[in-house]
Amino acid sequence: MLSFTLNGAAVTLDLPEDVALLHALRGPLGLSGPRFGCGNEQCGACMVLVEGEPRCACTLAAAAVAGKAVVTVEGLGTPEAPHPLQAAFLAEQAGQCGYCLSGILVSAAALLARDPAPGEATIRAALDPHLCRCGSHNRILRAVARAAREMA
Amino acid sequence: MHRLPGNLQTNRRLSQWLAIHPEGRVTITPGKVELGQGILTTLSQIAAEELEVDLARIEARPAATPDSPDEGVTSGSLSTQDSGGALRHACAAARAIFLGVVAQRVGVPVEAISVEDGIFHGPAGPIGSYWSLADQALLECEAPAEARPRAPGERRIVGRSIPRIDLPDKVFGAARYVHDLRLPGMLHARVVRPPARGARLVALRDGPLPGEARVVRDGSFLAVLAATEWEVEAAAARLAARTEWEASDTLPEQALLADWLREAATRGERSSVASRAEPAPPAAQTLRRSFHRPYLAHASIAPSCAVARWEGERVEVFTHSQGPYNLRADLAKTLRCDPTLITVRHREGAGCYGHNGADDVALDAVLAARAVPGTPVRLLWSRAEELGWSPFSPAMLVDVEADLDAAGTLIGWRSHIVSNGHSSRPGRDAVPTLLAASMLATPFPVKPSINPAMAAGGGAPRNAVPLYRIPAMSVETTRLLEMPLRTSALRGLGATLNVWSIESVMDEAAALAGADPLDYRLRHLEDPRAVAVLRRAADLAGWAGRARREGWGRGIGFARYKNTGAWAAVIAEVEALDRVLCRRLWIAGDVGEAVNPDGVLNQLEGGAIHGASVALLEKVRFDRRTVASDHWEGYPILRFSEVPKVELALIDRPEEAFLGAGEASMAPAIAAIAGGITEALGIRPRQLPFTPENLARA
Repeated sequence: MLSFTLNGAAVTLDLPEDVALLHALRGPLGLSGPRFGCGNEQCGACMVLVEGEPRCACTLAAAAVAGKAVVTVEGLGTPEAPHPLQAAFLAEQAGQCGYCLSGILVSAAALLARDPAPGEATIRAALDPHLCRCGSHNRILRAVARAAREMA
Repeated sequence: MHRLPGNLQTNRRLSQWLAIHPEGRVTITPGKVELGQGILTTLSQIAAEELEVDLARIEARPAATPDSPDEGVTSGSLSTQDSGGALRHACAAARAIFLGVVAQRVGVPVEAISVEDGIFHGPAGPIGSYWSLADQALLECEAPAEARPRAPGERRIVGRSIPRIDLPDKVFGAARYVHDLRLPGMLHARVVRPPARGARLVALRDGPLPGEARVVRDGSFLAVLAATEWEVEAAAARLAARTEWEASDTLPEQALLADWLREAATRGERSSVASRAEPAPPAAQTLRRSFHRPYLAHASIAPSCAVARWEGERVEVFTHSQGPYNLRADLAKTLRCDPTLITVRHREGAGCYGHNGADDVALDAVLAARAVPGTPVRLLWSRAEELGWSPFSPAMLVDVEADLDAAGTLIGWRSHIVSNGHSSRPGRDAVPTLLAASMLATPFPVKPSINPAMAAGGGAPRNAVPLYRIPAMSVETTRLLEMPLRTSALRGLGATLNVWSIESVMDEAAALAGADPLDYRLRHLEDPRAVAVLRRAADLAGWAGRARREGWGRGIGFARYKNTGAWAAVIAEVEALDRVLCRRLWIAGDVGEAVNPDGVLNQLEGGAIHGASVALLEKVRFDRRTVASDHWEGYPILRFSEVPKVELALIDRPEEAFLGAGEASMAPAIAAIAGGITEALGIRPRQLPFTPENLARA
């Protein structure tokens, strides 16, 4: 049995040992936010926070998060109570197809947790593991900076 | 039969486009689909405007056969014109019908009735509403020839940067994509791909598979089904190890790709694109230049996915295809069944930027699901399939000869474009173009891809005819009749190379004439909207007073997309380090009437960044048997650390027709980056991408 904390709630699962965390999240745990993009830590679509650190859920074994706290984009906020980052992404209209946003949002949340006032170069560096193909990068950079200002 | 606007012409009943519900809602049912470009927001704005209801009352339903209007393919930067134009007319007509009914009932003239969020007001107060009258029978009629959409000055919702209706789901991680569909009892499926193009599966060894996985085979199409994603992935890997394929070398030598294009062109189909012979002074000099680009990948962030379920002879498929009816047609041809037995329902995928694997994976899912009638099957491609087996945008070659008179003015233009066709979209030929159709036990042939007609913008020769004033011109193209890698439409089609080839020659001719590249272009342009975007981009960038810096350079790119669509001018600033980086882009666009200006800016910026990625990085790599760049390290695209800063200006023309925004800026951005490289390094690039290796050959 595997137990960990998912978006603040305790969860327990019975899974074969080598199942990827992403499959567990999207499968038995019923989430849709973490997205499959490459399966090889090269695009960031599946990014989640493990103990506050961004990790690619596609290659991380679910077993590796036993006893730890996992946060996905669903755990950041809701339409009723959005995280400042989610509100800022909507305010800046930062996205097109949106498939990359779940991962980018959690990486940005980790960034703001460790650096509440990051400069543009720092934001770019923090988001560099993430691919966006639609070219919404500048809006995303502005949204992260806006959220930082609003959280200050 | 009277002519109706946009796709109302071919889908003439109002009820095909909208429905009004008594509980105060309006459903619009366009046949165009959301690809991340924001079209459902745009279309909802148009409907709300014409009906005079709040935007929140509009629900845009995803396209599905057989009820949605058949709007062909969501492509070519045509959705606002073709679907928006239709909805504008249909909703204006619906409003008139409802007002006519209420006017007659209440006995007031139609002109005396106003509408406020769906409530009809007469001289003495409210006299009803869409909701109290909601009777779909009123819309069961052909659209009238005349409708009176609201005048530009009356618009309250169109022309405003309304927030996108799809974005909240995307920032909260909601289950919005086809990838997120979870139907009861659903199985997961994967395909096992051959190690080479055209390989034949000759043997498959038996053996146990994890999770009671089930194998589906039809000729060389091999798929596996299991209850969970981890089981199906493990099963696919195990199954792949038990396959034996017969394979041979079918691809050209990558290092000699340009030579191969030239050689294959001798066996191709040559045709004239444009010719003009007006009197011109004799040429004082002639520039002869060649331009080349590799195959390009769509490189969607999500691997393609579809969910299919068979019930008896019928099959239903959920897909992110750009053309639900076209997909249905090719599924029917492949299955040799009546198209009405197939239901195709659109669900969003990641951005596709053209014809990626979306249609192919739908057939894969249908074939896999046939083994388990009644059970929904979700088939997801791998990253390697998405980057390695989707159709590619073809490699191209352009030869240009440009004549200049003694004053350096351009007086003659001859060009020849060599390329595979830019479309193998489904639904347009007697044989299906879906990937698996050629792999079945009774396979369909793979025909060389085609080019859309020039009247529809052309394919390989798209934007090959310069908009500059040139008295003598001959533009020809050769479509290759052999197709080593399957090719199809990617944003801009041939424009990505053609615009750069024109703009590069313009830069070089300007230099020979001792003219500034902007002034030289303006000197050859009469179209005031072309002049306006160039001047606007130049103002944004401070072109006239720019300071030259060692190792930095700026360039200009301009085009009117398809020569009939939106105008875009881009100025790029590059920095030459160990490789070239694009640091800034200034973009001016004119898309005619902008329904959602922020949405247009988002498209123009995204297209230009896509262009920067193509310009600096992108190239499909292959060996003699298969595509090697089937992972992100092998097919890098622009990342956050290298994305240029962008400034934009939109020249809004609310009185003018819609022109579409999705593809206008990409090719000008590539051309502008090339010009910047020339200013920074003193060399003229001749081959995409502008990597150190290719620049060394310039």
